[in-house]
Amino acid sequence: MLRDTTSKVVLFGGIAIILLGAMMPNWIVNQLMFGFSRALAILGLLVLWRTGLVSFGHAFYFGLGAYTVAIVDIQLGVTDVFVRLLGGAIIAGFAGFVIGFIMRNYRDIFFAMLNTAISMVLYGIIVKTESLGSTDGFAISLPTIFGIAPETKYPLFVIITMIAMISALAVNFYLKTTVGRLTTPIRDNEIRVEYLGFSVAHAIHLKYTISAVLAGGAGALMAMSLGQVDPDSMINWTVSGELVFITILSGPGNVIAPFIGSLVFEVLRTYAFELAPQAWQLIVGATFLTIIFFLPGGIWSLIAKLGRKNS
Amino acid sequence: MTRAAPILEIRDLLKTFGAVVAAKDINIDISRGEIVGIIGANGAGKTCFVNMVTGYLSPTSGSITFEGVELVGKGPREVTHAGISRSFQVSQVFHSMTVAENLRIALAIAENRGVNALRIMESDALEAKCNDVLKRYKLEDYRDMTVSVLSQGIRKLLDIAMAVVSEPRILLLDEPTSGISVEEKFDFMDVVMGALKEDNVTVLFVEHDMEIVERYVSRVLAFYQGEIIADMSPDKALADDKVQEFVIGKRH
Repeated sequence: MLRDTTSKVVLFGGIAIILLGAMMPNWIVNQLMFGFSRALAILGLLVLWRTGLVSFGHAFYFGLGAYTVAIVDIQLGVTDVFVRLLGGAIIAGFAGFVIGFIMRNYRDIFFAMLNTAISMVLYGIIVKTESLGSTDGFAISLPTIFGIAPETKYPLFVIITMIAMISALAVNFYLKTTVGRLTTPIRDNEIRVEYLGFSVAHAIHLKYTISAVLAGGAGALMAMSLGQVDPDSMINWTVSGELVFITILSGPGNVIAPFIGSLVFEVLRTYAFELAPQAWQLIVGATFLTIIFFLPGGIWSLIAKLGRKNS
Repeated sequence: MTRAAPILEIRDLLKTFGAVVAAKDINIDISRGEIVGIIGANGAGKTCFVNMVTGYLSPTSGSITFEGVELVGKGPREVTHAGISRSFQVSQVFHSMTVAENLRIALAIAENRGVNALRIMESDALEAKCNDVLKRYKLEDYRDMTVSVLSQGIRKLLDIAMAVVSEPRILLLDEPTSGISVEEKFDFMDVVMGALKEDNVTVLFVEHDMEIVERYVSRVLAFYQGEIIADMSPDKALADDKVQEFVIGKRH
């Protein structure tokens, strides 16, 4: 049996990135923060995708996480990074758990579009509600860490990287458990899973809730990294599409893939925008097509292939 | 012949689909250790019966009691937990996984129910059990092959092996030899029945092939238009006029 080196790579890779981050210019640190924050949501989508479920509405949970940060900041004056993060993840997770009772009954396009519908309801409510910031959103105060207000963004970067590492390790552990392994089996044959004695509905419900917690955490971290929230960059259906795009770009092969894919996306979008400000979507779209045609297993499949060649 | 106390008791089972009566007046007792062949022409109600016992279909009325527990109203998962497993006419396996991966999942689910499902799946004990099942069902040569490339016979063996790992007291096999060549059918059944005998499982299997029925079962249930027209030993059943006329198709 192949020895799983994922945990080691996550640990040592994460520590190396944290150390290197101290020497990197601010714009790279920012890109890494955005990439790692978003990658948490991709990690959740990876769990769903392996099960054959694609959600086109996870911006709902991403946005819930982000708006929870904004509301606890503005209404309650909460600035602590961990309280905000926990708040975002718990609210999104609770919403995911409740909505999961509906979602676990749907598959394929119905699952995908029902998620979109729910996210657009939240989008509509926020856009039309002045007290929720409407189309302008909210500016968020800088987060504090145990009561200390850091002077640079580096401490927040360290925290985001550590949260990313913990999440990757947790999902990696989950995917090795019996219920975590019920991804391909559910995708292949639900009847057999039921006749083996496991509830497909319960398994999907758990996966969905996990994905909601991760997307909520991702939204909370993104809100703190950006310092603002608004419906178009947090909840709109385009955000959900972006998350699905990065999931496909990353590939479902490993929990490290979402972090690589997310960073590649950040770089791709930044340079595409710099190169063609009026047509950057064209470059992103062409990349998407290339990935689908030549790397259907995403960037991770290329890395895995290179790894096999060198071993 | 005196039978032991029944473990499965079926009383007045009725299943209708609108005006169509798929099963009626079904009253059966199955004792531990019996090997029962279920025969009947297409549409006679055999698979409908298997589906009702295994929770896939709910009967319109009647009761199915297994070891004193009422099964009517329970779904496939609960029936499996109660101790009844099944295989399918068209094998139900995980086609994009290997044979060993299929068995590992089946074994892990059987061992890790409830919160234990959050335990890490890999273990030496699980691997040892997987190897044992592979050996008993003669699947060792196919261990690392993806199911989608395997023949129907191997898929059927895997389907049955997966159904058995939860250590059921009753196993229902829906047409185990369908899709298997005439030359291979006895070898196939020898492997299956040999493994099941070791496990001391009570077996009910739906079968069209009377040679198989004659060779492997101790009792025959013959279905015709949703009713049981014969419940007797195989030699008597196969000589029975009604069975000859309505199941085998020979007119006197």
